[in-house]
Amino acid sequence: MARDVEAEPTDRLLEVDDVGVVLGGRQILSDVNFRVDPGEFTGLIGSNGSGKTTLFRVILGLQHIVRGQVRVHGQPLTPSNRSIGYVPQKVLFDPDMPVRTRDLVALGVDGQRYGLRRRTRVMHEAVEEMLVAVEADGFADRRVGGLSGGEQQRVLLAHALVSRPELLLLDEPLANLDPGSVQEIISLLHRVAKNQRVAVLLSAHEMNPLLPVMDRVVYVANGRVASGTTDEVVRTDVLSALYGHHVDVLRVHGRVLVVAGVEQSNVADVADHPELVVE
Amino acid sequence: MHWIFEPGLLANSSVRTALFIGLIVAVVSSCVGIFTVMRAQSFAGHALTDVAAAGGAGAFYAGFAPLLGFVGAGVLGAGAMDAIGVQRVKGRDIATGVVLGASTGLAALFLYLSATSGTATGSTQLILFGSIFTVQASTVPEVIGLSAMVLVALGVLARPLLLSSISPELAAARGVRVHVVSLIFIVVLAVSVGLSAIVIGSILSTALLIGPPASALKVVHRFVNALALSGVFGVSATWMGIIFSYDSFYWLPSHRGLPVSFCVVAVVVVQFALASAVRRFVRRRITVPPIEHGRDDQIGWH
Repeated sequence: MARDVEAEPTDRLLEVDDVGVVLGGRQILSDVNFRVDPGEFTGLIGSNGSGKTTLFRVILGLQHIVRGQVRVHGQPLTPSNRSIGYVPQKVLFDPDMPVRTRDLVALGVDGQRYGLRRRTRVMHEAVEEMLVAVEADGFADRRVGGLSGGEQQRVLLAHALVSRPELLLLDEPLANLDPGSVQEIISLLHRVAKNQRVAVLLSAHEMNPLLPVMDRVVYVANGRVASGTTDEVVRTDVLSALYGHHVDVLRVHGRVLVVAGVEQSNVADVADHPELVVE
Repeated sequence: MHWIFEPGLLANSSVRTALFIGLIVAVVSSCVGIFTVMRAQSFAGHALTDVAAAGGAGAFYAGFAPLLGFVGAGVLGAGAMDAIGVQRVKGRDIATGVVLGASTGLAALFLYLSATSGTATGSTQLILFGSIFTVQASTVPEVIGLSAMVLVALGVLARPLLLSSISPELAAARGVRVHVVSLIFIVVLAVSVGLSAIVIGSILSTALLIGPPASALKVVHRFVNALALSGVFGVSATWMGIIFSYDSFYWLPSHRGLPVSFCVVAVVVVQFALASAVRRFVRRRITVPPIEHGRDDQIGWH
């Protein structure tokens, strides 16, 4: 493996090569290939159950893979790789839990450390700084369980970022938010990611809100992925090949619609000329 | 050491032993209990009390010290529950239920054998409901040793245990070996339950495990405060229970004292009621929601 690394010096942050995952005898993901460069904002797009969360677990080293390899900075993944922050899709916080916003953020620094070492002043300052960065300083002393969904998401974001990871994984952070909050969270994420110089891999089933900020898209369907810039991936021919049946990609007022279910015979001429659909 | 309670009480060496063991066990139970409540493993804790009952009854029948049986069986039961699948939420209820049923049956068998062999009167009362006044002073070193083990384990696990109690997913993502942490915790829980079994009996040890932390969580917001207050509740309930039980000998004309376990549990329940009332009072005073600066995402307050 060392030879490969030398042969191909790279500043790529994350490389996912030919990864295959089998869960309960079922092939969930196969031939998954993509990469994330430092500081990039990548959307992981796919419908519910398409394997986005599983892919995150693979990147975190929590999911056994039957094939392929995941590398961070060219090095094979180790379970104690701390350069990745993670915000799970849904964390149910018990309202009675005696954990304040600042406590959960502090556990983002030392939550994995055994023993009872005291927290240093530097650590407290890092926590404070992160609370301000995600605009959570207003409720720093309230219990996490009593906060609104949007507030909890900021706390989780601060928890994931406070250890200064190079890559941030966000699992469906936009699900269950109203449209106004979606825009607010995306712009917050984009701003924070730029300031912290952290690459973002964000999963969503709806890509439109992400179009203005995405550098790259990884589209998951059928247990496989297509990756590249939005223009390279979100095309009728690419997505039809990925889904294994015909889908139309329509662009309306700067938004993208992926429409499935049209009879093959009716659309054969369009499928042969994707340029008619893709701008 | 100076005690503020009636001097006559402390002339009695079994009362002194009871108060000392009660102190240690209450502190241990309160610390373990906070995590148990946060992890929603109260039911698992209760199943372990039944395992402890079986072990205590078996040890009693075989002629060993009940503490040995309480703790030994508890640790085995913890292992069994982990093997059946206490980790998975769906498996947790089943694992707990199976272990609970099997051990209660065993407890019944051993208590029956002890009773019918005629050598041991009052074994049922002793094992199930405890009898701290009969605990020998020679048990103290064992209690101290086991308690130290529990507290050291909690001290080492501290933050990874806290984080995985808040969210196993977050802990796993930070590199915590969640399964190992929860396996160690359930063994710690078993030892703690075994210890409180000698104070208030195996069946009631859940009360000491869950009651004080649950009361503490009603009134404080910070984890360390909850831990401290839970310890205060636990120790005060245990000591008040022991003193009431001792004094109750003089209360009733029949001169029959109330059992310690009853007195301890009574204080635990009163504490919980008071803590709930305090919380309701505090809530009512602060529920006028402050006006927010019109942020879109702050819809719900709870």
